[in-house]
Amino acid sequence: MRVPLSWLREYCDPPLTTAEIGDRLAMTGTEPERIEHFGVPSADGFVIGKVLEAEQHPNADRLRVCRVDDGNGSRTIVCGAPNVAAGQTVALALPGAVMPGGQRLGEAKLRGVVSSGMILAEDEVGVGEDHNGIMVLPDELRAGAPLLEYLTIFDDVLDLEVEPNRPDCLSVYGVARELHAVTGAPLAADPTGEDAVASGDDSVADHASVEIADPDVCPRFTARVFDGVHVGPSPLWLKARLAAAGQRSISNVVDITNYVMLLTGQPLHAFDLDEVRGRRIVVRRARDGERMVTLDGVERTFDSSMALVCDAEGPSGVAGIMGGRVSEVSERTTRVLMEAATWVGPNVLQSSARLGLRSEASTRFEKQLHPEQALAAQRLAARLMVELCGARMAPGTIDEYPGRAEPRVVALRHRRIGALLGTEIPRAEVEAILGRLSFATVPTEAGFDVTVPPFRDADVQREADLIEEIARIHGLERLPATLPARRHAVGRLTPAQRVRRRVEDALRDRGLCEVVAYSFTAPDTLARLRLEEGTLAVGNPLSEDASVMRPLLLPGLLGAAARNAARGRPGVALFESAHVYRPGEAAEPPPLAAASVPADEHHHVAALLTRSAPGTWRRPALAADYFAAKGLVEAMLGSLGITFSAEPAQRPFLHPGRSAAVTSGGEELGWIGELHPAVAREWDVGEAAAFELDLETLAELAPAAAGYRDVTTLPPVLQDIAVVVPESVSAAEVDAAVRRGAGDLLSETTLFDVYRGEQVGEGNRSLALRLEFRAPDRTLTDDDVAGLRGQIERELETIGGRLRA
Amino acid sequence: MPEASTQRRLEELASEAQGAVAGAAGAPELEEARVRFLGRRSELTSLLRSIGSLPPEERGPVGQAANAVRVRLEALIAERQDALDGAALEARLADDRVDVTLPGDPAQPVGHLHLITQTRRDIEDVFLGLGFSVVEGPEVEWDYYNFTALNMPPAHPARALQDTFYFSDEVLLRTHTSPMQVRAMEAHEPPLYIVVPGKVYRRDSDATHTPMFHQVEGLAVDEDITLGDLRGVLLEFARAIFGAERDIRLRAGYFPFTEPSVEVDVSCFVCAGTGFATGGSRCSLCRGSGWIEILGAGMIDPNVYGFVAERGYDPERVQGFAFGMGIERIAMLKHGVPDLRLFFENDVRFLEQFG
Repeated sequence: MRVPLSWLREYCDPPLTTAEIGDRLAMTGTEPERIEHFGVPSADGFVIGKVLEAEQHPNADRLRVCRVDDGNGSRTIVCGAPNVAAGQTVALALPGAVMPGGQRLGEAKLRGVVSSGMILAEDEVGVGEDHNGIMVLPDELRAGAPLLEYLTIFDDVLDLEVEPNRPDCLSVYGVARELHAVTGAPLAADPTGEDAVASGDDSVADHASVEIADPDVCPRFTARVFDGVHVGPSPLWLKARLAAAGQRSISNVVDITNYVMLLTGQPLHAFDLDEVRGRRIVVRRARDGERMVTLDGVERTFDSSMALVCDAEGPSGVAGIMGGRVSEVSERTTRVLMEAATWVGPNVLQSSARLGLRSEASTRFEKQLHPEQALAAQRLAARLMVELCGARMAPGTIDEYPGRAEPRVVALRHRRIGALLGTEIPRAEVEAILGRLSFATVPTEAGFDVTVPPFRDADVQREADLIEEIARIHGLERLPATLPARRHAVGRLTPAQRVRRRVEDALRDRGLCEVVAYSFTAPDTLARLRLEEGTLAVGNPLSEDASVMRPLLLPGLLGAAARNAARGRPGVALFESAHVYRPGEAAEPPPLAAASVPADEHHHVAALLTRSAPGTWRRPALAADYFAAKGLVEAMLGSLGITFSAEPAQRPFLHPGRSAAVTSGGEELGWIGELHPAVAREWDVGEAAAFELDLETLAELAPAAAGYRDVTTLPPVLQDIAVVVPESVSAAEVDAAVRRGAGDLLSETTLFDVYRGEQVGEGNRSLALRLEFRAPDRTLTDDDVAGLRGQIERELETIGGRLRA
Repeated sequence: MPEASTQRRLEELASEAQGAVAGAAGAPELEEARVRFLGRRSELTSLLRSIGSLPPEERGPVGQAANAVRVRLEALIAERQDALDGAALEARLADDRVDVTLPGDPAQPVGHLHLITQTRRDIEDVFLGLGFSVVEGPEVEWDYYNFTALNMPPAHPARALQDTFYFSDEVLLRTHTSPMQVRAMEAHEPPLYIVVPGKVYRRDSDATHTPMFHQVEGLAVDEDITLGDLRGVLLEFARAIFGAERDIRLRAGYFPFTEPSVEVDVSCFVCAGTGFATGGSRCSLCRGSGWIEILGAGMIDPNVYGFVAERGYDPERVQGFAFGMGIERIAMLKHGVPDLRLFFENDVRFLEQFG
């Protein structure tokens, strides 16, 4: 909302600068987005002048040489306007004046005649767009008087960010009321207080009729009729006001509706009554598929959720949003039907969204105006119609008011103010604050019965709303800073949250860089990963590339690795810890099924390596392979006290021989693997290994507290063995066989070598294991352990293996 | 040789040997001295061998004296040997130099948490210290929790402020972390002190908006929480994150789910709230105002309690505050990051600067 300061100060004029006014409004909830300047950079050098003579320029057909009285004497000004004439009162820019574009006016020789100044057209000072001629001002103005005294050519404009609960502040008088409440500076009388005088012995009902067929969309519709209307340009002051407020001047009738809206917050619409077919207005819901061309020249199609203002034959306007071409006021218009109605905010908002059509009117109506505001706007508009358009107002007002609203009275307990704010505000101050905000108060035992003014009705309906009003005017900056008593609260992370931090730290400590990628991905990306599962698709994505929710973290990591490679960092080690999404089980929405979740959402942790260890001056970089990724999983799960096993398993995007499923405690946690070379090529990342695990399952598996094991009292016995097995037998199978054979005394095994060669035979390999034996109650001897050798050998034979001597 | 002269000779030998040992400049010279004074053919060895031929009364004193000299010499030689070994080692090591300015190896790459994670943890830790618990919720959310139960029924004008990604009429990507207000109240009776970090989404993408970003929601509901308590808690937060000298101010604001609603500013930490940079120019961070907006907050609207009334949230008996802040905004302010989009480009040259 652009509020020209000169207009605002007409109604409330505190002794404050524009910036100070902006600050005060910001503290109470109506923040200026910016303070703009309207018009010329300085009003100096702009004065009223009288044209004494206007002669033809000797050397130019289109120029006149004028002698102009500037109040201090006469000066010569060369003027190109066709309408300049002796005897006119005009606006002058004298040499030294700075024009809106910033150029400083000097004396100039025009075709041999020195021109000492400029006679101004509207557009030259930003008042209007007219450049057909100079502005001709009323004769009663005194030569030499500052132009600013007559015309707003220089002003500050507060561009206010008005919150959706304050449609009253989408008006100059509303902001003035707010400023009055905040500063205590006097508030001028409501400009809607006085009505125009009707004349004639006819009645408005003789000229038009209004029917509200669907009262659920229209609580009130008022109409007045004017005839003898002279449609033409608006007076300069009105053009200047509208221009400063950011509105184009159209014609006096249209400008009046805009002016009244900007001043009072109530939008109006003027119909050319002779184009209202049947002189009859019917307010109703649209029929599905009904069409009409709106004032902006676009043909719109409506549905039955939308409200229309129709005439006897069809749509004539979209309720609360925009009028129709069919009944637009034009130069030929002589009879006007002025509409001031009240619409249902949510309905206007929804229709406006569906039509993709927002207007100054709809931004106000959608925030719910009160029916009492409609007639007030009619009064001001009527005065201006009579005054500016020479119109006659037909006696009476058509007032269809099915949604009659009584003033709202809210009980306010004084005790609750202190209880909610944490500071006591005396009763007298409460009463004064509410009074300044135009709330009427009647004292009660507990506090006050407060009557809410209509223009605040949508926002202030309960005690808490009144307390907000009191708090913001009393001064939020004056509240104490206290801490809650906190009788029952202990702050700590949950075990799952601690696991998440531990996992992230473990990867960070091993040199990985955490990334945060978008939760969206492209269907094509998943196709490149050869994934075919069902995804959760966004109904209104920003683009096809971000149209589905990612079911795994890998694509984000691949994207980041590819981007870094393109930027000169080919070898990276990245991880991410974030949600992944799949379509959920069909769940009942709340409140039917409280606490249900609409999608299958999990927290994953994943890493992608395009190098394992960085190269240094004495060793080359280690390529990222399966074992590099597995080492990270071992470290990460080891830090949580979780043991796991990796079993060969395939994923469509992984190397089929170098990928595994990670399981622990019977739960599948995720996968480890080298990227399928064809997939790696898609992202141009070279050799790459990755893993992705479900963090929520990890958190469930992590032991809450580790149990003690005695490892110091009794020494262990260590024994190294070498096992020869066919290549087809896995290390895990060997380990399991050794453990079966050795029994309970075997406390730990460590695989420390893998050997292939002649000594073990073609198709075989030898695994070297260090075995640690412990007994809980005695010191073991080598003989104890030697006795187990036979059993180990027997178990190894069952998997086709043998002990090497 | 009479006893007295023998003794004298022993002292002469000891003195000579001491000189030779001390003068030995290397292992060969020391060995030479050892052979000469302690070797099989040395005078001392001969003397010791000949003790048996002495008169019985001289054997004891002479034997003891000769032995003492031998022991002393052996110690001296060993001591000298140690000294020579030490010196030789030092000499060897002095030649065995590495270029200490070369980088360490194997390289131990330093990892980094994302700046968002680091900032999220900083914020969580402040509120953990203030007695709040951390809870998280789904990002794919019901319209009910995201809007309706936060006092924004369908067609509420405030809905238009948040461009929303929808999956269906009822399911959306949460536009703020606030849906957890009602979820948490459904799950726990009062008192309730929580913060809710997480991803949020708005259908918006330009220089200052990304379609995904992160927020932390806060909620405190108890019998007697006041707007003053909100101010106190957020003052502690602002000082913990932005420095002990910071102040905060509350301005009136609007959120459909709080009443009263406030915007919270922190005093500018670049210009210390003066509005002017050193040198007198207008402070570039706060643009001369001395204050920076960091979050929105307010007292929980009674209508919100209406959605969890059966869980003990009666607005006549409990009251509380809620606040919500953008993690990226806090991080940008604190670390001077100029562009929101940097957070999601995942350029390691950016990531390596933090965490």
